[in-house]
Amino acid sequence: MSQPDNFGFGEEAALLKASAGKFFADKFPTATLHALVAAEHRPERTGQCQWDAALWREMVELGWTMLAVPEAAGGVGMPAVAVAGLAEELGKAAFPCPLLGTINASYVLAACGAAGLPALQEIAEGYSASLAITDKRGSWVPGDCEVTCTDGRLNGTAWYVQDAGKADRLLVSAHCGGNVGLYWVPADAQGITVHPDAIVDLTRDQAHISFANVTATEVCADGQAALAEAMPAIWTVLAADIVGAAEWQLQTTVEYVGTRQQFDRPLGFFQAVKHPLVDVMLQIDQAKSLVYNAACAIDCEPARAPQYAHMAKASASDCAALASGRSVQLHGGIGFTWECFVHLYFKRQKHSQMLFGDAAWHRARLADIVIGPAAGAVA
Amino acid sequence: MAESAHKDSAEQAEFRQYCRHWLAANRPADPSVRLPLSALEIMTMEQLTYLQAWQKSAYDAGLVGCDYPQEVGGAGRKDCQRVANEEMLAARTPYFPNIIGLGMAAPTVFYHGQPELSQRLLPRLFSGEDIWCQGFSEPGAGSDLASVQTFAERRGDKWVINGHKVWTSLAHFAEWMILLLRTDKSHKYDGLSYFVVPIRSALGKGVTVRPLIKITGETGFNEVIFDDLEVDDSLRLDELGKGWQVAMTTLLHERGAGELQTPRAGGLKNKGGHTTSASSLVEFARTVERSGRPAADDALLRDRIMQQLIRETGLAQNQRRSRVPALLDHPMRVQLQNKLLASEISQDTAALALEVAGASASLYLGDDNAPAGGQWSLAYMNSYGMTIAAGTSEVQRNILGERVLGLPKSK
Repeated sequence: MSQPDNFGFGEEAALLKASAGKFFADKFPTATLHALVAAEHRPERTGQCQWDAALWREMVELGWTMLAVPEAAGGVGMPAVAVAGLAEELGKAAFPCPLLGTINASYVLAACGAAGLPALQEIAEGYSASLAITDKRGSWVPGDCEVTCTDGRLNGTAWYVQDAGKADRLLVSAHCGGNVGLYWVPADAQGITVHPDAIVDLTRDQAHISFANVTATEVCADGQAALAEAMPAIWTVLAADIVGAAEWQLQTTVEYVGTRQQFDRPLGFFQAVKHPLVDVMLQIDQAKSLVYNAACAIDCEPARAPQYAHMAKASASDCAALASGRSVQLHGGIGFTWECFVHLYFKRQKHSQMLFGDAAWHRARLADIVIGPAAGAVA
Repeated sequence: MAESAHKDSAEQAEFRQYCRHWLAANRPADPSVRLPLSALEIMTMEQLTYLQAWQKSAYDAGLVGCDYPQEVGGAGRKDCQRVANEEMLAARTPYFPNIIGLGMAAPTVFYHGQPELSQRLLPRLFSGEDIWCQGFSEPGAGSDLASVQTFAERRGDKWVINGHKVWTSLAHFAEWMILLLRTDKSHKYDGLSYFVVPIRSALGKGVTVRPLIKITGETGFNEVIFDDLEVDDSLRLDELGKGWQVAMTTLLHERGAGELQTPRAGGLKNKGGHTTSASSLVEFARTVERSGRPAADDALLRDRIMQQLIRETGLAQNQRRSRVPALLDHPMRVQLQNKLLASEISQDTAALALEVAGASASLYLGDDNAPAGGQWSLAYMNSYGMTIAAGTSEVQRNILGERVLGLPKSK
């Protein structure tokens, strides 16, 4: 009931979003992205996604990596609606970098209270980070991890670590005694081996990371609650990235069908082309409105944040699938080729769709909140 | 308590207090008859009489026509209708019966008619004493509205009208009709003109009203046949050949984008009334058994009910976002989606409810065993009225594709 009408999206947030949009449009056009990440096309390719580390440094200088770091830790402490605005622009540019991982780690660390401050201060100093919290099954339930911590040493493997080759620090969840603890460790620490996954998405990299007697700093001996508290923000920020990428897919396809001529007319004249594009727009706008609603709940009405964030990520995941499918299909033959830029976003969206829970997973959890757990259901 | 999305001016704040006090004392008693979902489906004199009495008392208290000048029967206030609407919604009043009159006819007559015409017609429109209906669609002119063939021929200073209008809600109660017709057969758009014509007083004298039976079996709308109806030139709105532009004013207000706010009441949820919301579907699913357990426990149905809840919440949040310019890529982009989304979402929710009901979805209003009294079946069939009327979903997608996305026009 305490949510402001305008989502709390004030002047500062609007300025940040607009300047981020301009930053990427000026410095990182899609052709640059394509040249950077799509040089190698063989489906058997391995290795890391190339990136523009100099531009990343500029983003760090602008303070974008410390937006979600509380002021107490030397960060900017911007509201989640402002972070969502930045994530939308990042998704629109599909810029390869560990920004989302750094923001995600910030939210988990901030949920740890005073214990999270030292690690947050490193983020405020410009170190990037990524979450290493998932098991081999790819379970997104907080605490489903394979790493253990004994006598301050981490052992085991963390899976589906995002932008693992680019992050400076890892925030690791590990079983310790009967609890799930959180640990902060440099990504190049002794005993860590990064095994890059060969993934479809060209704009990210992902790895499984093995830990062999790695000495790590304990952030929190019982981190399950902090992980759960941070999850709505993690889902919402990724949903914002999806919405931005989907807007690129929509506008790029609209432009194409407005110029490509068949049967003596631009393709967009035909309702069989026009109406699916409108459906993409409807799905984007629904997801976008739900993203800002969820972000506003994170800022102002935390009790409702899980429910609204499930809605946002479910809607955004469906949006990713629809916008991707239509963008390739409506580009026709050229859309099926490596040279046409739409495949970059198609693949990024496929990755985002599943990351941190797909639509069905989020709707099942939403139903547990709204309807109540089903009788006889397995937890 | 409905708080305003904007900050009230001094006049608005004072008027809000007045409305609140008046409504606390004068909100009408619940009706003895069941009211239909909207004014467009009023069927009996009992329903109409109850609703007309409510509109008259709200008008006499100054809650209807707030922003129109006093010369035409308004209250002469500034931006106060919105305040009255919010307060009536919060007070859960019934809706007003003269929905076409208030929403479409009043702004059109006011902007395009002679001042004397507004002075003559609007007071009884605002009070609800004269019910209005709309004569736009014809058997041969639906989505392609500009192809209407109803024709007015000049004879001296009179016009003689012949033609056939369809889907005319409320015509069986209406005194007046807003009428789009043709005065020139050689130009499609520039051959259109716009009149207001008497209906009730001309019955049997050039006007015939016949009920059309809806897919649900209910009556509720009509066809209206003009057979040499003679009307005075003073009933014409705007210039000859400007009918299309006048119709755009009507449609703009119908879709809520016009300058004058429409008086809207209607926070009342009837006992036994029915809403096609996802939350009412959740409650319904708890009561229906499926494979030996509540339908609300079925994983597949849970998923689909959540899809509807997400779409509904998305629509509500769209409306919220439409007032935050920094989060809009195009000023009309979200607003123009409203009608399409609202109608399709409620249609899909009703369809899903029938799947939840399973075999009992076959039972209709007349069966004592029908789940929810058969209301979900009725709502599902009626939902097609919403996806077809006021611009079909297909036309809405053309409008969105062309005006918002800038795609080439399909016509």
